[in-house]
Amino acid sequence: MTTITPPPAKKVSAADFESDQEVRWCPGCGDYAILKAVQRTLAEIGAKKESTVFVSGIGCSSRFPYYVSTYGFHTIHGRAPAVASGLKLARPELDVWMVTGDGDGLSIGGNHLLHVLRRNVDLQILLFNNEIYGLTKGQYSPTSRVGTRSPSTPLGSVDAPVNPSLFALGAGARFVARSVDTQQPHLVGVLKRAHEHKGTSFVEIFQNCVVYNDGVFDEFTEKSVAPDRQLIAEHGKPLVFGKDKNKGLRLRTQTLELEVVTIGENGVTAADILVHDEKNRTLASLLGSLHPPTFPQVLGVLYCDPAPTFEDAIHAQMRAATGPKDLNALMRTGQTWTVAG
Amino acid sequence: MATPTATPPAHGPARQHRESVVIRFAGDSGDGMQITGSEFMVETALAGNDLATFPDYPAEIRAPAGTTFGVSAFQIHFGSNEVLTVGDELDALVAMNPAALKVNLKDLRKGGILVCDISTFNSRNLVKAGYQQSPLDDGTLTGYHVLKIDVTKLNAEAVKPFDLSAKEAVRCRNMWTLGLMLWMFGRERQHSIEWLERKFAKKPEIAKANVAALNAGHAFGETAELAAPAFTVAPAQVAAGTYRTVTGTEALVWGVLAGVKAAALDRVVLASYPITPSSPVLHTLANLKQFGVVTFQAEDEIAAMCAAIGASYGGALGITTSSGPGIALKTEAIGLAVMTELPVLIINNQRGGPSTGLPTKTEQSDLYQAVYGRNGDTPLPVLATATPSDCFEVAIEAVRIATKYMTPVMLLTDGYLANASEPWLIPDATKLPSFPVSFRTDPEGFQPYLRDPQTLGRVWAVPGTPGLEHRIGGIEKDYNTGHISYDPENHQRMTDTRAAKVDGIAADIPLQDVALGEDSGDLAVVGWGSTYGPIHQAVRALRAEGHRVSQIHIRYLKPFPRNLGDLLKRFRRIVVPEMNNGQLVTVLRAEYLVPAERLAKVTGKPFKISELVAALRGRLEK
Repeated sequence: MTTITPPPAKKVSAADFESDQEVRWCPGCGDYAILKAVQRTLAEIGAKKESTVFVSGIGCSSRFPYYVSTYGFHTIHGRAPAVASGLKLARPELDVWMVTGDGDGLSIGGNHLLHVLRRNVDLQILLFNNEIYGLTKGQYSPTSRVGTRSPSTPLGSVDAPVNPSLFALGAGARFVARSVDTQQPHLVGVLKRAHEHKGTSFVEIFQNCVVYNDGVFDEFTEKSVAPDRQLIAEHGKPLVFGKDKNKGLRLRTQTLELEVVTIGENGVTAADILVHDEKNRTLASLLGSLHPPTFPQVLGVLYCDPAPTFEDAIHAQMRAATGPKDLNALMRTGQTWTVAG
Repeated sequence: MATPTATPPAHGPARQHRESVVIRFAGDSGDGMQITGSEFMVETALAGNDLATFPDYPAEIRAPAGTTFGVSAFQIHFGSNEVLTVGDELDALVAMNPAALKVNLKDLRKGGILVCDISTFNSRNLVKAGYQQSPLDDGTLTGYHVLKIDVTKLNAEAVKPFDLSAKEAVRCRNMWTLGLMLWMFGRERQHSIEWLERKFAKKPEIAKANVAALNAGHAFGETAELAAPAFTVAPAQVAAGTYRTVTGTEALVWGVLAGVKAAALDRVVLASYPITPSSPVLHTLANLKQFGVVTFQAEDEIAAMCAAIGASYGGALGITTSSGPGIALKTEAIGLAVMTELPVLIINNQRGGPSTGLPTKTEQSDLYQAVYGRNGDTPLPVLATATPSDCFEVAIEAVRIATKYMTPVMLLTDGYLANASEPWLIPDATKLPSFPVSFRTDPEGFQPYLRDPQTLGRVWAVPGTPGLEHRIGGIEKDYNTGHISYDPENHQRMTDTRAAKVDGIAADIPLQDVALGEDSGDLAVVGWGSTYGPIHQAVRALRAEGHRVSQIHIRYLKPFPRNLGDLLKRFRRIVVPEMNNGQLVTVLRAEYLVPAERLAKVTGKPFKISELVAALRGRLEK
């Protein structure tokens, strides 16, 4: 037996995933950072350009495919999940990423997002949440907080926002994670986990719109407050946060609520702190619903519990299908009669 | 395999000969009228007659028993000559209850045969049907051959030996009626017996009881000296070969499979959302997964169209099916398919509109929607099917055009054609046309909007192909590079190119023929879609009277065949009968500046030959 040494693989870099198109987001837009993180992720996972596809809807975020040197499809408003589903049904072997925003994904495309998540089509969904409509110049979005003043709500919005991660969990998503545009190492880590998960991976990325909603996430992304306002959930590890990692989440068993406690105060010990379990949907929902300032904003993989994918199940049915396989035989099933010449 | 025969039974009275007969079986939704009609159809096909059938289901899923809106009917027209319609008037009507009589009597010709199950004509059912008194006794039925038969009682006697529950016994009533009608028109009943034995293979008692009921109905005809004549209808002259009956839905689905095979595509994705009357296409294809068919019941109409686009982008044939309101929802996505120049087959089983309209009734009022109904200048080819079996050829043709020209194609059929059936000379699938697609694989000189200089079709570059990575989308693209372009001249050029591509298809489709008559004369009767049959017979009747009338039936509605304008101009008058308020007529007028006249009918029912003859004669005499 001879040993064949494979030629050294050409090292791909993030730059290899830059397209020849000039990136046209507003200067300072969080999308630049996300683009960079995605290109880095593609390089680090060794993605093949020819088998990677970015599918998007309409909005600032949905311009994304033009800036990645893979295959890309910039579809219509809200419908990227449907186009991506059709693509995966035709070619399950492709690695499909879907890019959407809070308006595209949760307003006009809310229905499609619901169904792609419950079907568990194997793709990564990146939802850029900036709590505003950017491309149409600043109207409030379905994730805008009550009271958001915008051209269409000059006196402040009155309708309650939707929480994207809770929406995804409610729709039956098997992978739900969160990160922040500018937190590069964390974002890349989450994207790699999303890619690794077979099934629909839903990633909510808090993204800053410098023009229409600047600083909307400062309360937990601003460097000075971040350590005390962010909790990075990690599977199997205690849910602790704070500069000194001495604050944590404890479950009030009587009311099924979480509370923030400080280790070493009031008799609280490390043993009182909840340990993160990615496979626990209830815990994921509790974590996803927390907001500063009372609670930390929980980032990281909230939930990951893989299940069979839609396209695998569909193609398994196709392989198992019986019946006439030939058109001539098919057309002659049932009652026929022959007229002699 | 049975050979055609119309030999009347050895016993029984002398039979009258008829060239063609129209029968309608009508009863409550639960009376099994569709099954009765289908079995009569198969026995008739086996007898060698040409035929056409149409089922008429109630709109309600479970209408209250005995009501007029719960009446279900099945009509069959069969004859010894070419049969192209389901017939204007009924020669025989079977009414299983008063409601069925109430709804259908108006269609029975005077002197026609009426079979009533008198046991159902009790006061309760009469009230439900809206009768003040029994029509059996009050003179309502004067002028018809009325056979008042206690079918329920006779059936109960026939099935007595089989130990059925009362409910099961009553359910054999339709087979008793079928037996009688098979006898009356000189049909065999062997197929029906074998079919019952297969259908109830696991319940032999039920099978035996149904066969006994069938035989009893048949024997009743032979022995009871009925107050109505019996008939023979000689076999039609038909080409040699193997036949079957086919509905528009079956022919369409098989045509799609044949088209996919001809295009040498190994993947096809049908994405649809349930809608009347289009869902049977989804159901039928869902059972044909062994042909490499992925069926996807999408969350809505928009998702269905978008998934079909995604599939085509991935190198499969993407298909979506719907009806008018669903097509309206897909409209924006259809524009995306036009813009990205991807082959998608869009099948519209038209129904009565606007809005929810008449979901279970037929209409051809989506022509404007198909030809014009999108934002922007968004041309796409439109084809229409004329008969149930024509759906096969048109589906193949739609796949050919979609893949050759890289464009979505709209295929218009309708609720009538989807459900109607007719005998079909089964084609040999190995001898069908072939038009294999070629995916782009060469990176050398590749641009996503490179075109075939002849067809102007864009290259089909499928994700997964190394070196062809590119981005497409709904924003206008540069003619050369395929990048986003807001350049004014480029938009003009791309708009012109999209139009020229679709217009150019005219050079690749057959010239418009004349379906009946000469290529000039006093009157051209121009139609499209399922009006083919009634127009054909009406034109034939007028020609028999000596009028210089011709039938022109258009399959290709966008673009039109290149000789159509010249052909139309060779007629003194042009009349366009349509089951809409006048759509093709204005398209023809706009396209050719010809004085085409409107002949519209929007009742949810097909044209009758007689009403067309009268209307066209009126135009000739004007």
